[in-house]
Amino acid sequence: MTDATQIPETKRASLLQLNAWTRRRNAAETRFKAYGMIAIAIGLLMLIILVFNIISRGSGAFQQTFVTLEVELLADKLDKKGNRDIEDIKKVSTFGYTPLLKNAFEEKLTAAGIETELKSKDLVGILSKSAAAQLRNFVINDPSRIGDRVEFEFLASSRVDGYLKDRVSRDSIANDKNISAEQLDIVDVLMANGSLKKRFNLSFITGSDASDARPEAAGMGVSMIGSLFMMMVVLVLALPIGVAASIYLEEFAPKNWITDIIEVNISNLAAVPSIVFGILGLAVFINYMHLPNSAPLVGGLVLTLMTLPTIIISTRASLKAVPPSIRDAALGVGASKMQSVFHHVLPLAAPGILTGTIIGLAQALGETAPLLLIGMVGFIASNPPDSIAAGLMSPNSAMPAQIYEWAKRADPAFYERAWGGIIILLVFLVGMNTIAVILRRRFERRW
Amino acid sequence: MSTTGLLVIAVLVLTIFGYFMASNRAIAAAGGDRRKLHSLPAYYGSNAAMFTAIPALGVLVLWLLAQPMMIDRSVLSTIPDSIITEGSSAGLVMSDVRRVADGLDLVVSEDVMSANDVLALQTGQTDIRALLASVGAAVGADVKSEVLEAAQKYRKQTTTGQLWMAVVVATLALIGFAMSVMAAKPDFRARNTVERGMLALLIFAASLAVLTTVGIVFSMLFESINFFRLHPWTDFFFGTSWAPNFRGDSDLSILPLLWGTLYISFIALTVAVPVGLFAAIYLSEYAGSKVRSVAKPLLEILAGIPTIVYGLFALLTVGPTLVRIFGRGEEGLLGVEWMSGATAVLTAGLVMGIMLIPFVSSLSDDIINAVPQSLRDGSLGLGATPSETIRQVVLPAALPGIVGAILLAASRAIGETMIVVLGAGAIAKFSANPLDAMTTITTRIVSQLTGDTDFSSPETLVAFALGLTLFVLTLGLNVIALYIVRKYREQYD
Repeated sequence: MTDATQIPETKRASLLQLNAWTRRRNAAETRFKAYGMIAIAIGLLMLIILVFNIISRGSGAFQQTFVTLEVELLADKLDKKGNRDIEDIKKVSTFGYTPLLKNAFEEKLTAAGIETELKSKDLVGILSKSAAAQLRNFVINDPSRIGDRVEFEFLASSRVDGYLKDRVSRDSIANDKNISAEQLDIVDVLMANGSLKKRFNLSFITGSDASDARPEAAGMGVSMIGSLFMMMVVLVLALPIGVAASIYLEEFAPKNWITDIIEVNISNLAAVPSIVFGILGLAVFINYMHLPNSAPLVGGLVLTLMTLPTIIISTRASLKAVPPSIRDAALGVGASKMQSVFHHVLPLAAPGILTGTIIGLAQALGETAPLLLIGMVGFIASNPPDSIAAGLMSPNSAMPAQIYEWAKRADPAFYERAWGGIIILLVFLVGMNTIAVILRRRFERRW
Repeated sequence: MSTTGLLVIAVLVLTIFGYFMASNRAIAAAGGDRRKLHSLPAYYGSNAAMFTAIPALGVLVLWLLAQPMMIDRSVLSTIPDSIITEGSSAGLVMSDVRRVADGLDLVVSEDVMSANDVLALQTGQTDIRALLASVGAAVGADVKSEVLEAAQKYRKQTTTGQLWMAVVVATLALIGFAMSVMAAKPDFRARNTVERGMLALLIFAASLAVLTTVGIVFSMLFESINFFRLHPWTDFFFGTSWAPNFRGDSDLSILPLLWGTLYISFIALTVAVPVGLFAAIYLSEYAGSKVRSVAKPLLEILAGIPTIVYGLFALLTVGPTLVRIFGRGEEGLLGVEWMSGATAVLTAGLVMGIMLIPFVSSLSDDIINAVPQSLRDGSLGLGATPSETIRQVVLPAALPGIVGAILLAASRAIGETMIVVLGAGAIAKFSANPLDAMTTITTRIVSQLTGDTDFSSPETLVAFALGLTLFVLTLGLNVIALYIVRKYREQYD
C-alpha cells in the first residue's frame, strides 16, 4: 500500500472572505483593466487636444481687421492729363496712390481731434501693403469716380490684426520694426470711434495666396481650385481603372501565378510611402514626359496611382459581398458572364464602390508629400485659372501644399492662416466622410 | 487647337458614327427582324466603336510617349560636344533647345513672323533672345548658333512626326471602322468579340498596378545607377557624414539619415504600441458594445487626419511645449537648457506615435478578435481571471499577428514624410539625445528634390538612391509582416 500523499493542511477560511492571494489576483485584474481604459483615454485626449488646438488657433484666420477710410480720389494725382484715358490712368503705379491714403488718414485724425507726432508714412503703415493696390484696382475699374470722395474698407496690417487678436502685445513689439507703440495708440483710438474693427473675412476662403509681406491678404481660394482639379483627375482616372481592375481580379481572373503577382503587388502598393509616388511622378511625368511642373494634372496623376490600391481593395470587398446566387440566377436565364457582372453584380456593389472611392478621394485630398516633389509649393498661386485646360495645366497649389507653404514662412500671422487652412481642409474631409457613411447606411444591404 | 486634340476628336466622332452605322446595318441586314441577329444590335455597334477607337487611340498614346524620346536622341547626336561646356550637361543643352523650339513655335502662332521667315533665322542677323522674349518665352542666355540649328531640326522633326502620327492614326481608325461596319451581318458573333475586347481592357486595368510598381522601381533604379556612377557607393552605404555641397565634392552617406529615421520611428513605436495595444485589448475584451461603438470610430479619426496637420501640430504645439519643459534655462519648467529649438527627435517621434495609435489598435483589434472564443472559454472555465486569460492565453495566441501589426506600423513610421519635414529638423548626425534635431531619409529626399534641381549632379540624384533604399526597406517590412499575419490567420481558419 502506497503512502497517501500528504495533503498540506490549509488554513480553513470562509469562502466569503477573500484570502490574500485572491485579493492580489483581483487587484491585478483591476489594474489591467485600468491600463486599457488609460490607453483609450490617452488616445481620446490626444484627439481632443488636437481638435481644440486646431480650432482655437485657426478660427482667428476667418476674422480680419479692417479700417474704414474716406479717400478723395484726387484728379491731379491720378489723371494728370485730365482726359480720363484708361491707358494714362494705368500708368500711375501703386506708389502714386499712397499720398491719397496719407491724406485720408490725416483728415480722419483731424476730424477726430487727435494730435500725433507720427509721420503720415507711419500712419499708412497701419494699413496692409495691399491698400494702395486696392485703391488702384477700384479706379481702373471705374475711372469716372476720379475726383469723388469714396469710402473704402482696407485691410489692416498683420501686426495690427494680431494686436486685436492678442497675438501681438505692446511688450512683444519692442524689437519689431514693422510697428511701433505710437501706431498702436492710434489703433486704440480708431477702434474706439468704430472705424477700425474685426469682422468675418470671406476673402480668406475665396482669395488667393499673397506674398511674404502681406499675410493679412492671403487666402485659400485658388489652392482650393487646384485641389478640385486634382480630385477631378483622380476621380476620372482612378474610379474606372480601379473598378475594372477589381472586376477582373474578383470575377474573371483564373487562379494562377500571374494573378497572385498582381494581388501581392496591389497589397504592397497600398503600403508604399507616399513620397515614393512623388519621386515616380517627378521622374516619369515631369522629367520623361515633360508635363508642366506644378500642374494639377501631374498632381492628379500621382494621386491616382496612390489611391488606386485603396479603391481596388474596397471595390473587391463590395463585389465579394454580392452573393453568388445573383450571378447564378443571371447565368441561369442565359446571360453571359460579362452580362451577369455588368448588369447585376456591379449595380448591386455600386454603393460600396462609391463609399470606398469617396474615402480614397478624401485620403488623396489631404496628401502633401508627393506634391512637394512635383513642385506644387514655393510660388504664389495668385490667379484662379480661366479655363478647364488652364486649370489642369497651369501651375497651381493645392490645399495641403498651401498650408505647408504658410507653415514654412516663419511668421505668426501665417501660422494662424495655416491653422485656418487646416480647418477648411478638415471641413472638406469631414464632409466627404459623412457622405460616405450616409451612403453606406442608406444603401448597405445585408444578404 | 493642337493636332493631337483634333485627331482625338476626329477619332471619337468616327467612333460614334461607327456605332450607329454598324447597329443599323445589322438590323437592316436582318430585314428589320432582330430575332435573326446573333447578338443584340448594340453589340454590333459596340464592336464597331471598339475597333475604330481603341487601336487608333492606343497607337496615338504610344506615339506621343515615344516621339519625344526618339527626337531627343536624334537631335542630341547632332549637337557638337564643344557646346556642352564645363558645368553643363547634354540634358541642360537639350532643355535649352526645347525652350527655343517652343518659343519659335509661339512666334509663328502669334503671327510675329511667317513660318518660312522663322526657318531662315540666323543667330548673326537677328537677336533670337529678344525675339523670343517678345512673345513671352524666356531664354536664359544668348542663343548659340548650334542651339538654334538644333532647335530648327527639333521643330522640323516634331512636325514630320506629328504628320506621320496623324496619317497612321487616321488610317487605323478608318480601317477599323470599315472592317467592323462591313462585318455587321446577322451571323457575326458580335457579343463574343465585344466581350473578349472588354476582358482585355479589364486585364489591362489590373496590370496597371504592376506597371506602377515597375515604373517606381525603374525610375528610381536608373537614376540611382547614374548616381553611383558619379559618387562612390562605398561612401553612400558606409560613409559617416551627410554634407551636400552644391559646388560638388559632397559627403552623401545614408547612415546618419538612417539613424535619425530609425530613432524617430523607435520613439513613435514606444508611444503607439503600448497605447494602441492596450486600447485594442480593452475594446475587444472588456468594453461593452456601447463604449466600443463610440470609442473605436473616435480613435480611428486620428488615422484619417492628414499628415500635414500632424506636422503643423509638431512644429507649432508639441515642439514649443517641449522647449518650455526641457529648454530655456532658468525660465523653463525644469530649469534646464537641454533643448534649443522646437524641432527634435522627440517632437517628431511623439506626434508620429499619436498618428500610429489607431493604426496599431485597429490591426491588433482584428487579430485579437480572430483568436477563437473556445480558448478564452477554456481558460476562464479553469478559474483564470479575464486579465490572466488575456495575458496567458489570448496574447500568446495572437502574438505573431501583433508582431506583424507592429512591423506594419514601423514601415509606416519609416516612410512618413510631413511630420518629420516639419518637426524633426535638418541636421544629420549620430546622437543618442532625443532632444537634438536630427534628419531622416524622407526629409532629405524632399530637400534634395525641391527648388532648382539639376539632374546631372550627385546632390540631386542621391534622392533617388535614398528613395530606392526607402522603398526596399518598407517593402521588405511589409512583405515580412503580411507573411506573418497571413500565416497566423491560417492557423485558426
